[in-house]
Amino acid sequence: MNKIDDINQIGLLDENQITEFSQHAGEIEHPRELIIDILRAVQLNHGWVPDEGVELTAKILGLTPIEVEEIATFYDKIFRQPVGRYPIHICDSVCCWSRGGEELAEHLQQTLGVAFGQTTEDGLFTLLPSCCLGGCGRAPGVMIHQSFYGPLNPETVDKLIADLRQEGQG
Amino acid sequence: MSQVPQLLFKNRRPGETVFIDGYRATGGYQPLEKAFREMTPVELRELVKSSNLRGRGGAGFPTGVKWTFFPADAPGPKYLVCNCDEMEPGTYKDGELLMADPHQLVEGMIVSAYALQTDVGYIFIRYAYEKQAEYLRRAIAEAKEAGYIGKNILGSGFDFELHVHGSAGRYILGEETALLNGLEGQRPNPRLKPPFPATRGLFGQPTTVNNVETIANIPHIISGGAEWFRDLALTPEGSGTKLFGLSGHLNCTECFELPVGIRLGEVVETYGQGVWKNRKFKACLPGGASTPYLTEEHMDVALDFMSLEKVGSRFGTAGVTVFDDQTCMVAATLNLIQFFARESCGWCTPCRDGLSMVRWLLEKFETGKGSPEHLDMLKDQLQNISGNSFCALAEGAMGPVAGLLTHFEQEIIDHIEKGRCPFKS
Ligand SMILES: Cc1cc2nc3c(=O)[nH]c(=O)nc-3n(C[C@H](O)[C@H](O)[C@H](O)COP(=O)(O)O)c2cc1C
Ligand code: SF4
Ligand code: FES
Repeated sequence: MNKIDDINQIGLLDENQITEFSQHAGEIEHPRELIIDILRAVQLNHGWVPDEGVELTAKILGLTPIEVEEIATFYDKIFRQPVGRYPIHICDSVCCWSRGGEELAEHLQQTLGVAFGQTTEDGLFTLLPSCCLGGCGRAPGVMIHQSFYGPLNPETVDKLIADLRQEGQG
Repeated sequence: MSQVPQLLFKNRRPGETVFIDGYRATGGYQPLEKAFREMTPVELRELVKSSNLRGRGGAGFPTGVKWTFFPADAPGPKYLVCNCDEMEPGTYKDGELLMADPHQLVEGMIVSAYALQTDVGYIFIRYAYEKQAEYLRRAIAEAKEAGYIGKNILGSGFDFELHVHGSAGRYILGEETALLNGLEGQRPNPRLKPPFPATRGLFGQPTTVNNVETIANIPHIISGGAEWFRDLALTPEGSGTKLFGLSGHLNCTECFELPVGIRLGEVVETYGQGVWKNRKFKACLPGGASTPYLTEEHMDVALDFMSLEKVGSRFGTAGVTVFDDQTCMVAATLNLIQFFARESCGWCTPCRDGLSMVRWLLEKFETGKGSPEHLDMLKDQLQNISGNSFCALAEGAMGPVAGLLTHFEQEIIDHIEKGRCPFKS
């Protein structure tokens, strides 16, 4: 077993991805520019980026794990801790705030029974505060897996949660 | 409303995205053909300069002037980077443009690269715009297929490649030097200037960074000419149209392409369809979260760089966020400062510590625990932070605080005197 397989025992990236990233890194002058791409690919497959994900990225790019870690921890959309299947980023910036964002956040915490930063017991939802999501004209809103939902009110958000719950359990 | 000239939103239809056939059908890629067949890079740079186009990313620097600083004829790798970080609250225009018509940016990137003689381009795009990134990748593939990207474009001897680079959150990546660090895979704190990116930018090479809307305007300037472009604005010193993203307490919170220099009152009444719930207008952020408030006395102000500076605010990104008369301006400013304090990259003390201090002070007022001494401290912070931070994030953060102190100081005093927020029952 080579080093990459050793690190990748839990299958953070598939064979093809590893070959593609390694090849690409070998072709370009500054392989570091792929750090975010690889971390995002790990997160897409695994839901979050465990230590092995950082090591794997470092290995592919010929960097030390700490060089990758200092990038990974800078960005709030890279998760270095487990999250639920549907991380809900709820916007708390000014346009959403002005149209009921706080009430929406309150409502979501109550319905899901979790505070910000926590995951529901069934492992489906993690509630996370976020700055502006670029949906300011459709405020207030949330982002789930890079899709924006808005404008939302308690009823429409309940429906959204119910749909996701059904999808997640099905 | 229909007589307002539409360039950037010409092809925009609700829920649709135009790709190469639709783009070509309304004249797309003709400016590129004209530029490559009939114009030299120098002529292109001159054209952009005389169009008076000013950067649409917030700072409003004249694009043509910026381009003349660029060592276009120097040998070695040079880069053109498009800034689509767009994370300032109230600013969502670039996202709308790319959802509707991504080829505009692609064509703009190619002709701008030709004007600046940069052989590689990057579009740096925020995490939340994954759909837009996908459309851009498709548009780039189509442009390649058509022979507009790659080697020896239209027989000109000019080569160009274009990449889309994703991010993973954090507002500071919008600051151009932080963005360059982020692109390189370095920790994205801003860089010391000088050297400016034009001399030492991406990977240490000459680099121009421009906003999405800035670059999308270039093909239109090529086809319409500099004079036509200048005349689109309603103010003599202005030029072009502008994407206005409306938000907050308006009946209609959509994004419109309107002439530079349009009156605030017209934006609010005609396009925003007035303040919601039959309430009255109290204040607005005219150009994104970092611009000082305007009030109802500013309804006749022309929304343009110079006229807004004259009244102590900024045109910024033209994201207009309106607040109705039931809004507590202390609470609104606290919300804005929470954003900036959280997004501070932590590199320099005035921002890292100063913004936290401002947040703490605004919290005191809002929760009824403020005192006159706290008000003095807030004024001190305005002096201490503005002009003393390493990059413009902290400066921008203090924009709304300055507006609060100029127009709504009495509201702070009311909080102190009543020992509670007067807007909460
Ligand atoms: C904190 C901060 C965030 C910024 N965010 C953006 C952004 O999202 N998009 C953008 O084009 N410019 C942004 N800017 C301005 C850029 O630094 C730069 O001036 C701009 O991209 C230049 O392009 P332009 O001249 O075409 O406007 C930001 C600046 C600061 C200080
Ligand atoms: S002003 Fe703020 S964001 Fe800019 S360098 Fe200083 S700490 Fe970082
Ligand atoms: S302020 Fe919430 S999406 Fe922009």
